Amino acid sequence: MSGIMTLIVLVLAVLTALQLIRIFELSSKARQTAEYEVTDRDNNNQGWLMLLFGFGLIASFFWMLNAWLPVTLPKPASAHGTDYDNLMTISMLVIIAMFVLVQPILFYFAWKYRGAKDRKATYYEHNNRLEFIWTIVPAVVLAVLIIYGMTTWSNVMNPKNEQEPLVIEVYAQQFKWTARYAGQDNQLGYANVRLIKDANVIGVDTLDTKGGDDKITTEIHLPVGRPVLFKFRSQDVIHSAYFPHFRAQMNCVPGMTTQFQFTPTVTTAEMRQDAEVQAKVARINKIRTEKGLEAYAYDYVLLCNKICGSAHYNMQMNIVVESEAEYAKWLTEQKTVAETL
Amino acid sequence: MADHAHDHAHDHAHDDHHDHEHHVDNFWTKYVFSIDHKMIAKQFLVTGMFMGIIGVFMSMLFRLQLAWPGESFPILETFLGKWAPDGVMDPNMYLALVTIHGTIMVFFVLTAGLSGTFSNLLIPLQIGARDMASGFLNMISYWFFAASSVVMVVSLFVETGPASGGWTVYPPLSALPQAMPGSGAGMTLWLVSMTLFIAGSLIGSLNYIVTVINLRTKGMSMTRLPLTIWAFLVTAILGVLSFPVLLSAALLLVFDRSMGTSFYLSDIMVAGEMLTNQGGSPILFEHLFWFLGHPEVYIILLPALGITSEVIATNSRKPIFGYRAMIGSILAIAFLSFIVWGHHMFITGMNPFLGSVFTFTTLLIAIPSAVKAFNYITTLWKGNIRFTPAMLFSIGLVSTFVAGGLTGIILGDSALDINVHDTYFVVAHFHIVMGLSAIFGMFAGVYHWFPKMYGRMMNKSMGYLHFWLTFVSAYGVFFPMHFTGLAGLPRRYYSNAEFPIFDELQDINVIITMFAIGGGIAQLIFIFNFFYSMWRGPKAPQNPWNSNTLEWTAPVEHIHGNWPGAIPEVHRWAYDYSKPGYDEDFVPQTTPLKDGEHAH
Repeated sequence: MSGIMTLIVLVLAVLTALQLIRIFELSSKARQTAEYEVTDRDNNNQGWLMLLFGFGLIASFFWMLNAWLPVTLPKPASAHGTDYDNLMTISMLVIIAMFVLVQPILFYFAWKYRGAKDRKATYYEHNNRLEFIWTIVPAVVLAVLIIYGMTTWSNVMNPKNEQEPLVIEVYAQQFKWTARYAGQDNQLGYANVRLIKDANVIGVDTLDTKGGDDKITTEIHLPVGRPVLFKFRSQDVIHSAYFPHFRAQMNCVPGMTTQFQFTPTVTTAEMRQDAEVQAKVARINKIRTEKGLEAYAYDYVLLCNKICGSAHYNMQMNIVVESEAEYAKWLTEQKTVAETL
Repeated sequence: MADHAHDHAHDHAHDDHHDHEHHVDNFWTKYVFSIDHKMIAKQFLVTGMFMGIIGVFMSMLFRLQLAWPGESFPILETFLGKWAPDGVMDPNMYLALVTIHGTIMVFFVLTAGLSGTFSNLLIPLQIGARDMASGFLNMISYWFFAASSVVMVVSLFVETGPASGGWTVYPPLSALPQAMPGSGAGMTLWLVSMTLFIAGSLIGSLNYIVTVINLRTKGMSMTRLPLTIWAFLVTAILGVLSFPVLLSAALLLVFDRSMGTSFYLSDIMVAGEMLTNQGGSPILFEHLFWFLGHPEVYIILLPALGITSEVIATNSRKPIFGYRAMIGSILAIAFLSFIVWGHHMFITGMNPFLGSVFTFTTLLIAIPSAVKAFNYITTLWKGNIRFTPAMLFSIGLVSTFVAGGLTGIILGDSALDINVHDTYFVVAHFHIVMGLSAIFGMFAGVYHWFPKMYGRMMNKSMGYLHFWLTFVSAYGVFFPMHFTGLAGLPRRYYSNAEFPIFDELQDINVIITMFAIGGGIAQLIFIFNFFYSMWRGPKAPQNPWNSNTLEWTAPVEHIHGNWPGAIPEVHRWAYDYSKPGYDEDFVPQTTPLKDGEHAH
């Protein structure tokens, strides 16, 4: 039945379109021009629509900024995250300035110079000075952004360590994460996918003395204020360990180890007290109540951000940032590799 | 003068011969195995449109899932069958749809459909050549493309589903059938299809390059070429230099999949099975893929920019502003496009120093891009703008090129890429700067050169309607994605309901889907207009837009060899619009310079 309905609607749509075309053609005939010829009236109409669109674009841009900036990520929870957000804010301001400058000019010109039969355009083929200006100005602005960006990048990727970072391995597989803490010696034992056997689910080398005190966990707990060096491995396909709240991300690639270091600066508990976060959580819980879902309290989370298969969209692990004492307590509760194997 | 007459006579004789030779044109040689560049252009266009309908339709299906995850839509079961039991889309099918949508739009529509159509149509006509350097290779090029399209469409119907590892097909995911169903027979067909596609594209590109370099008519120096031809030439060079690298990447992937080699595979346990592969690197594939992948962006974009240059100048009734700067920026963009591929790989674990280098080269591209944008805008300044549908789409292109290009400054910065990599911010960026700009360029090209292709005019009012609905919904679809991206939402998620932090993005997703469906349906207006005008449109005059370029000196009726008499000689550049000293506001390239008249 719905098939027949669709067919009827389609036929009607085509008939309507045919009639419309006839109307367009007849009305042009009445004006003694061919339908395809662009009249002054067309230019006028389209010019005004261009101007209207230009206004609409800028207006809706600001509307979106106002409405949707709150849904973007709240303040960063890591030391370098602040630098990241500063760089982002400045770069964004530069491109937003360009956007709200150039777009209106484009649509304004389209309206202002809408054609008329009795007008003639100005023959103006080039102007070296103008072209020089708009080569050099972007070049200078970009030079500043490039240098600022490179400095930030270099600081993030080559952190200077005043204290030894805590080493944690993040192990990816379809479709879950596992963490391995380096234990007393803060050194991870050798591991390889080939060594996976029975209970040794992530292939730790049991003969490596550095590995006996490693602890395998299903959640990441981090002590606040201490640098953490993450080492990433993958068991099967490429995954990407994405820590949006910490402004951190690194791919997990089978056959090699990658790494990323950051220092968490805000505990989960503190973040839940943040006014912006509380407003966000309140909005989210309003939605969740309507849908009959359980209430949500703010949590840091690790996501997979590289397509990895059917459950890619639900590959996650909880991250808790807490005081040094709480962290130490949690860690002692975890079993070492020597104990489990 | 005598020489001229002689030329004429000679050409006539030649043409008589031509006519005689082709009296045997039957249906097959005229419409199917044609070696005439104009017919081949139309073949590319119609095939590209057919693939485009599939690609856009797929995006509407997966947008339904994203706006209302887990809800039942009978239409999904109608089209996806067992992949949408009770109308709820299977996650594997979701990934397959985004993969094939990407592949089709990037390669089949915006590479073959755009470049294939307009390079073929315009290169001989605008440079003053009777046909491509090799008509036969041109035909082969189309048939490789047609075969690859057939294989791609067939791959949609295999038992285990089409390829679904993303259009970038990163191994090991794409190499291991155990990792996802789409990496089985679907992926094999994907690779076969792409191999055919690349072969066709290479043959076509070589032909374009040879034709532009060798077959320009008398007087058509490189600095008198319309910018369309410059764009097609540089595009073809990019294709010749980069597509072979993708071919080798694909072949090594075939070896890994079928012959037990380990180019991309090492230390893998998948679905409980320990593989023997050792020593390979998935990152190698990424390097090879993006060595094509980034120039590919410009293979898509440059022809659209070339078309826009032509359409904006013609319809502003002004010379394109800064002609030489435009050529320079095309060349600069093309050169830089080969040394920026690493910006797709900032967080793969490659040396951070390399990240800095790629940041530097990537952000440099903004300079020639800015020059192009400003030159387009200055071309409008003090123009006498005639808003044909083609002109509307060209102005739309400038708008999206600016809007999408600017966010490239964020993503090209390795430091900033860390947190927005692979999020919806990226989806917004490349759809606006590459997808929308290129498709707008393609629409502009179709509206502008339809009279040249089919000898009839498209309906203007429907063109207006099509443009405004498309333009508004295009921004409506992709602009909000910047915000979901900045909220940390990863791309290629079947649903974001598993993360409570994304709950408040659902309203935005619904808005996006509404615009996507509206914009998709609006394309029916174009398709209707296209086919209606092809048969029923008013007959086209020879030069409907009062344009300067050579294609409008050829007769409306298509003939082999393009011009019945001698090939016209060129005396000036293509942009003498509204030149002082002339009554008309255009001076065709065939008009000799007056005494004392300054060339541009």
